[in-house]
Amino acid sequence: MIKSLHARQHQLAQQERQVDFLSNGIFKSGKLTSFQEKIAALGFRPLKPAKIEIFQVNVGYMCNQVCKHCHVDAGPDRKEIMTRETMDQCLAVLEKTKIKTLDLTGGAPEMNPHFRYLVSEARKRGVQEIIVRCNLTIIRANPKYYDLPEFFRENNVRVVSSLPFYNAGKTDRQRGEGVFKDSIEALQQLNAAGYGQEGTGLFLDLVYNPTGAFLPGDQAQLERDFKKELSDQFGVCFNSLFTITNIPISRFLDFLIESGNYVEYMEKLVNAFNPAAVAGVMCRNTVSIDWQGNLYDCDFNQMLGLKTDEHAGQHIRAFDVAKLEQRDIAINNHCFACTAGAGSSCQGATA
Amino acid sequence: MEHTYYNPEDLKKFGTIGEWEKNLADKFFAYYGDVFKEGDLTAREKSLIALAVAHTVQCPYCIDAYTQDSLEKGATEKAMMEAIHVAAAIRGGSSLVHGVMMMNKAKKLSM
Repeated sequence: MIKSLHARQHQLAQQERQVDFLSNGIFKSGKLTSFQEKIAALGFRPLKPAKIEIFQVNVGYMCNQVCKHCHVDAGPDRKEIMTRETMDQCLAVLEKTKIKTLDLTGGAPEMNPHFRYLVSEARKRGVQEIIVRCNLTIIRANPKYYDLPEFFRENNVRVVSSLPFYNAGKTDRQRGEGVFKDSIEALQQLNAAGYGQEGTGLFLDLVYNPTGAFLPGDQAQLERDFKKELSDQFGVCFNSLFTITNIPISRFLDFLIESGNYVEYMEKLVNAFNPAAVAGVMCRNTVSIDWQGNLYDCDFNQMLGLKTDEHAGQHIRAFDVAKLEQRDIAINNHCFACTAGAGSSCQGATA
Repeated sequence: MEHTYYNPEDLKKFGTIGEWEKNLADKFFAYYGDVFKEGDLTAREKSLIALAVAHTVQCPYCIDAYTQDSLEKGATEKAMMEAIHVAAAIRGGSSLVHGVMMMNKAKKLSM
């Protein structure tokens, strides 16, 4: 298993170094137009939010996997974990604001010892939709997680899981040896609990992201391929497939630089800029909260340390919907990944 | 002239062929776009055919473009290699089947 950039004390483990890298080089030299200039030309500068509909909580960076492209730089060596006190602050905000969706991510969110508390409390307090971004293998990682599918079902959680391909070769190269096999077993277990099955109301969605320095293909076509292959080969079913473009930050940025793909990948993102995708970027309807309760425009900005506009409040203690819906969203050149081609978000293609 | 005939940067300039003959370039690119749209063949099948043809015409630009395109369309690496074997089989076969012509001629000339 590879180590996180953090554990290797890699320079890209420092948020400022990443922001510096993304802001300079080919963008500073004028070889490529910056994201700021690109959206300013369309009248989206400053980029303003719409209604906040998604409250995305990153409950910690600890994970049982170390995926090569991880934008969180998550892994077993990451110890940042949200406390129960901070979770209570999040729950109070959800109760007060009636934001529709609680979206839980990590790391492997289930590894946070208070994960089940947060989910069941959110359910009790009437949150309409609870999403857990489950890496699948966690369900098979330790007997204490074997009952997760039942726990998800009891709390009517929508499960969204990463599976970059329907074969072991591509999946394991990105996510680690043996991940595909464990993921299939976990999917079968989720299916057995009723997930992804027609008529149960239990949703199981998969996330496809490219296994390298290229863009995702057509979401509908890939969904058809995944459905056919997973059903034919493993008897696995699921609801929707979301395509997500790899964001050039953290470990994926490291891969791009090390493999000599950085410039071409950024060119590809810039050339594929789709003006129609700007209005649908997820930062316009999302607020992201980190393990310490700090607020960000999205999980990617969280990893770059780009907090919400200071006038709008930067901590869960100061959560104010009216102010947040007036804020200026922080942008940089990584944002091109969300506006390339058919657009990209945690809910898949946007345009 | 550059030191090499092929430069990866030139692929990105493909569209500039219109500078010297816009009308025909516009027609070509419109046609090209339509060819690769989903039809009875899927976009991925078309990409794999393009990849095989790229190897037959041995065009580095096309190999570069359709390797990426095949990956984006979700082709497996095995499928991509199978496509190239199809190209190789037709190429090899096209030489060998002409062996019949050679045999016909040789037989005609020989006693």
